[in-house]
Amino acid sequence: MKFTRREILTAFLSSPLALSACQNPTPQFPKGEIINTSQELGHKIRDGLKLEPALDNWKNIKIVIVGGGIAGLSAAWRLKKLGFEDFILIELEKTPGGTARSGESKLVSYPWGAHYVPAPMKENVALLELFNEMGILEGEDNQGQPIVAEQYLCRDPEERLFFRGRWYEGLYLYAGASEKDLAEFKAFQKEIDRWVEWQDSKGRRAFTIPMAKVSDDVEVTDLDKISMSTWLKRYNWTSPRLRWLVDYSCRDDYGSSIETTSAWAGIFYFASRMAKPGATAQPLITWPEGNGRLANYLYSQVKDKVRLGLAALEINPIKELEVEITTFDQNTSQAFGFRAEQVIFAAPHFLTNYIIRPYRDNPPKHVEAFQYGAWMVANLFLRDRPSQIRASYPLCWDNVFYESKSLGYVVATHQRGLDYGATIFTYYYPITELDVNVARKKLLSTDWQGWADVALTDISQAHPDIYTLTEQIDIMRWGHAMVRPHPDFIWNKSRFEAAKPFRNIHFAHADLSGVALFEEAFYQGVRVAEEILTSRNLKFKSII
Amino acid sequence: MIRTSIIFLNVLIIATCGLVYELLAGTLASYVLGDSVTQFSLIIGIYLSAMGVGAWLSGFIEKDLAQKFIEIEIAVAILGGFSAPILFLSFARLSYFHIILYLVVFLIGVLVGLELPLLMRILKDQLDFKDLVSRVLTIDYIGALVASLMFPLFLVPKLGLVRTSLVFGLLNVGIGFWATWTLEPLIKKGLTLLRIKAIIVAILLLIGLIGANKITSLAEDNLFADDIIYSRTSSYQRIVVTKSRAGFQLFLNGNLQFSSADEYRYHEALVHPAMVLFGKPKKVLVLGGGDGLGLREILKSKDVESVTLVDLDPAMTQLAANFPMLVELNDKSISDPRVKVINQDAMIWLEDITEKFDVVIIDFPDPNTFALGKLYSTRFYRLLRKSLNEGGTVAVQCTSPLFARTSYWCIVRTIEAAGFSVKPYQTAVPAFGVWGFALAKVGDFEIPKQAPKNLRFLNDETLVSLFTLSADTSAVAVEINRLDNQILVRYYESEWRRYQ
Repeated sequence: MKFTRREILTAFLSSPLALSACQNPTPQFPKGEIINTSQELGHKIRDGLKLEPALDNWKNIKIVIVGGGIAGLSAAWRLKKLGFEDFILIELEKTPGGTARSGESKLVSYPWGAHYVPAPMKENVALLELFNEMGILEGEDNQGQPIVAEQYLCRDPEERLFFRGRWYEGLYLYAGASEKDLAEFKAFQKEIDRWVEWQDSKGRRAFTIPMAKVSDDVEVTDLDKISMSTWLKRYNWTSPRLRWLVDYSCRDDYGSSIETTSAWAGIFYFASRMAKPGATAQPLITWPEGNGRLANYLYSQVKDKVRLGLAALEINPIKELEVEITTFDQNTSQAFGFRAEQVIFAAPHFLTNYIIRPYRDNPPKHVEAFQYGAWMVANLFLRDRPSQIRASYPLCWDNVFYESKSLGYVVATHQRGLDYGATIFTYYYPITELDVNVARKKLLSTDWQGWADVALTDISQAHPDIYTLTEQIDIMRWGHAMVRPHPDFIWNKSRFEAAKPFRNIHFAHADLSGVALFEEAFYQGVRVAEEILTSRNLKFKSII
Repeated sequence: MIRTSIIFLNVLIIATCGLVYELLAGTLASYVLGDSVTQFSLIIGIYLSAMGVGAWLSGFIEKDLAQKFIEIEIAVAILGGFSAPILFLSFARLSYFHIILYLVVFLIGVLVGLELPLLMRILKDQLDFKDLVSRVLTIDYIGALVASLMFPLFLVPKLGLVRTSLVFGLLNVGIGFWATWTLEPLIKKGLTLLRIKAIIVAILLLIGLIGANKITSLAEDNLFADDIIYSRTSSYQRIVVTKSRAGFQLFLNGNLQFSSADEYRYHEALVHPAMVLFGKPKKVLVLGGGDGLGLREILKSKDVESVTLVDLDPAMTQLAANFPMLVELNDKSISDPRVKVINQDAMIWLEDITEKFDVVIIDFPDPNTFALGKLYSTRFYRLLRKSLNEGGTVAVQCTSPLFARTSYWCIVRTIEAAGFSVKPYQTAVPAFGVWGFALAKVGDFEIPKQAPKNLRFLNDETLVSLFTLSADTSAVAVEINRLDNQILVRYYESEWRRYQ
C-alpha cells in the first residue's frame, strides 16, 4: 500500500500542517537511507526458520548470553569482572548496544536511541560501580551522594519548548499560563513531592531506580491499575499545559500516551528522579552519542566474548545442565550450535515465544503481557545551524515542539561544546497509537521518503531553513523500540513470572522491569549474572 | 534652441557630485591611512591637479561635444558612484590600498575636469562669453558649498559613506540621462545608445545600493556612534570596525572590544602582571585575543620563545594580520615568527592537547552567550590547569566589576573553585570604564611589584595599585559557573540589561 504525501503528513503530524505543506511544491529532499537492521532475518526466525549446524560446527561452552543490548552486555561485564570467562555473547545485529546504539561521523558521534541517564543516587550501587570505572564520577558530596564530573552533565542550556513561533526555556510552558494553570502545576509538583517522600514500613521508597527496590505496598501498586490520564482526572487537573507536560513525559520515556501509560509509571518518571521532596530532579548525564557511550564502553570490556551478526534461531533446554542453541551467522551464512550449561536470555521478552523451543510449542500466558511501542528516529546532518529566531531562547540540547506528536530533537554537538557551524539533530517520533500492531504497521509501511518528509516538515515549523541546511537524513525504524508500561502491567504477576528462570534459562532485560531505562537494563543484566554465579556456588560480593 | 536655465541646474548638480566624491575619498583615506591633514591635503591636491589634466584634455575634443559630455557624465557616475564601495571592500584585503585610492581620485578628477570646459563650449552660442563664465563659475562654486555642507551634516550621519557614494552616482547618471533630452538638438547620432548606457549604469548603481545593505545595514550604521569602515559577518560573529576622531574601534556582535586610543591600558594590564609573576616565561598561550594586541605586549618580552594563539574565528586573526590600521596597532604581532595561530574553539582545543605553558592570557569576549559562558566554567579552568607548567600563571579578562559586579566575582570564584589562587585586579580604560581581571596561579602567591620598563601605562606604582579594589567593586556572594548551570551568562545578562 502506497500513501500520498498528504496522507503520511496527516497521519503523523496534523492535517492543517499537512495541508499547508502540500500546498507548497514538494521540497528538494536531502540524500539519506533507512539504517538496515536484521528485520527480515528476524521475521524469518519468527516464522520458524530452522537450520541444522554441521557436526563440527558445535561448541561446548558454559554460558551463552543471547542479546547484545545493555542487559546482555551488562551481564557479560559482571561475569567477567567476577572472573568468570567461559561464556559467549551472541548478537543478531552487526552493531552492539540495542536501542542504546549510536553512529559516528567526522564531526561528532550521535545517538540512534536512548540518549541520557539521570545522575544515579547513592542507593544504585551497581550503576555507581560502572560509572566509577568509566571515570564519570568524582567522589561524593557531604550527604554521600555521588558527584558527577562536570563535563558529563548535560550542559546548560538544556531544554527549550517551541510554541507559536517562539522558543521558551524549559519544558513547562510558562508563557501565557493562567493562574489556574500555575496552581495546578504547583499542586502536581506537591503531589509528586509527596511520593518522593513516601516510605513504607520497611523504609522503601515508592519510586526509585532500580525499580526492584521500590515498595510493593498497595497504596503505591494500586496506581498501576489506572492510566496517568485517569490519575490526573482524580485531582481535577485539567490544565492543558500540565496535561501536555505529563503526556510528553510518558511519550519521552515510554513511547506511550498519557491514556496508555500506567499512573505508576507516569509518576515514576518524575518521582524516581528526585533525591528528596522539593529537590530539583537529578541532573542528566549525557554524551554526544547518547547512551551509545555506555553501550560502547561495556562492549569494549567484553569484546573478546562477543559474536556480532550471530542470530539465535532456537534455544532448547534438553537436559538438566544442557541447553542447545542453534544460531545463524549472518557474516558467513552458516549455522552454528552451542551446547551450554546455562543461557542468559537478554533479548526482548516477546522473542521468547519464537526462540525458546518449549515456549514456542506451548506459549506461556505471561509473554502476551509484554507490548512494545514503535519508534522512528531520524538523524539529520546539517551543514549549518538554523537561523536564530529573534528574542527567542537559543538552541538547547533538547528542543521540543509543543504542538507536535514528535518529541523534537536533541543536538549531538551540544555536549561536545561545538557551538557553531555543522551539527547533527536526532529527531524522535514514538508512535503512541493504542494498538501496538497498528503502530508497528504504520512505522514499517512508511518508507525513507515518507519519514524524511515527516521529520523535515515537523522541524520546518520552527526552522523553515531546515530543507536547505540538511545534507543528509538517515532513518531508523525501531519496530519493538521499548516495552510499554500500560496499566496493569508493572504490578501484574505476568511480569514476575517472566523474570523467573525457566529451567536453566535465565532472563535479563529492561522489559522485566516494565520500564525501558538504561538503569533497568543494566540492573537486570547484573542481577542475572549474579543469579547464575550464585547457582554455580561462586562466592562474591553482590552489588545489587 | 536649448533651455539654459536647466543646463545651469545640471552644472549645480555636477559640481556637488564632484565635491562629494572628493570628500568621500578624503574621509576614507584619513580613516584607513590615518593622519587626516596629510591625507586630505594629498587628496585635494591630486583631485585638483587631475581636474586640470581634464581641462587640458578637453582641448583635444573637437566634435560631438554634447554626446561626449553625456558619456563623461555616465563615466563619472559609475566611477564616483562605486568609489566608496570599491575602497571599502579593498581595506582589509589589499596592502596597496593607497594606490587604488589615489588612482580612483585621479580618474574622477580628470573626468570632472572635462565636464565644465565642455559644457561651456556647448553653451557658448547661447550666451555672451561674459555671462557664460560668470554664471557657470558662480553655480559651480555654489554647488561646492552645497556639497561641503551636506556631507558632514546630512550625508555621512544619515546615509553612511557607501550609500552616499552610490546615491550621488545615481544623481550623476540621472543628470546625464536628462541631458539626452535637454541637449537633444545638439546630438547628431547615437541618442538611443546613450540612453541605454545611462540606464544600465543606473541599474548597476541601484543594485549596488541594495547590496550596500550587505556591507552595512542602515540600521547598523545608525547603531554605531562613529562611521563603519569595515564590517564582515564571519561564521561566528559580526566584525565591525568604526573610525572616530580619537582612533578606531573594534566591535564583535555590537560589543566594543577595544578603542585604539586607550587599548594599551587594557592590554598592558591584562598581559604584564601574569608575565612578571611567572618571571621569565618562555612558552605563552593566548586564548581569544585574535586582535593581536595582547600578543604585542607578550612579544615585548625577549625571553618569550613561542606563543600559541587560539582564536575561534579566522576572520578575526586575518583581520589582525592584514587590516593596515590594526597591523600598525598590534605591531605585526600576528606575523611574528614566534607566533602560532590556531583557529579552533579554545575549550575543545584544550581538551585535546598535552602541551604545557608558562603563562596563559585569556581574552575572550564577555560571557553574553552560552557558547562563551562555557569558556568561563570550572570545567574550562580545570582543563587549563592541566596545561600549565609548574608555577604557571594565568590572567583572565573578567568584564567590568563595576557594571557587572556579580559576573565579575562569579568568574573570580569559579577560577578559585577550579583550584587556583586568585588575585582580582582592575584598571580604568576610558573606552570601557572600570575593567576587571583575575591573576591566577596554583598555590599561594604575592602580587607582582615590578613592572617591565618602557611601558606606556604600567610602572611599578601603578602595577601595585591595580590590585586595590574600590568599595563599590568589592566581593559579593555568587554561585560558581558550571557547564551545567551557566549561571554566569544569566548574571551577565541581568546586569548589563540595566545599561541598555
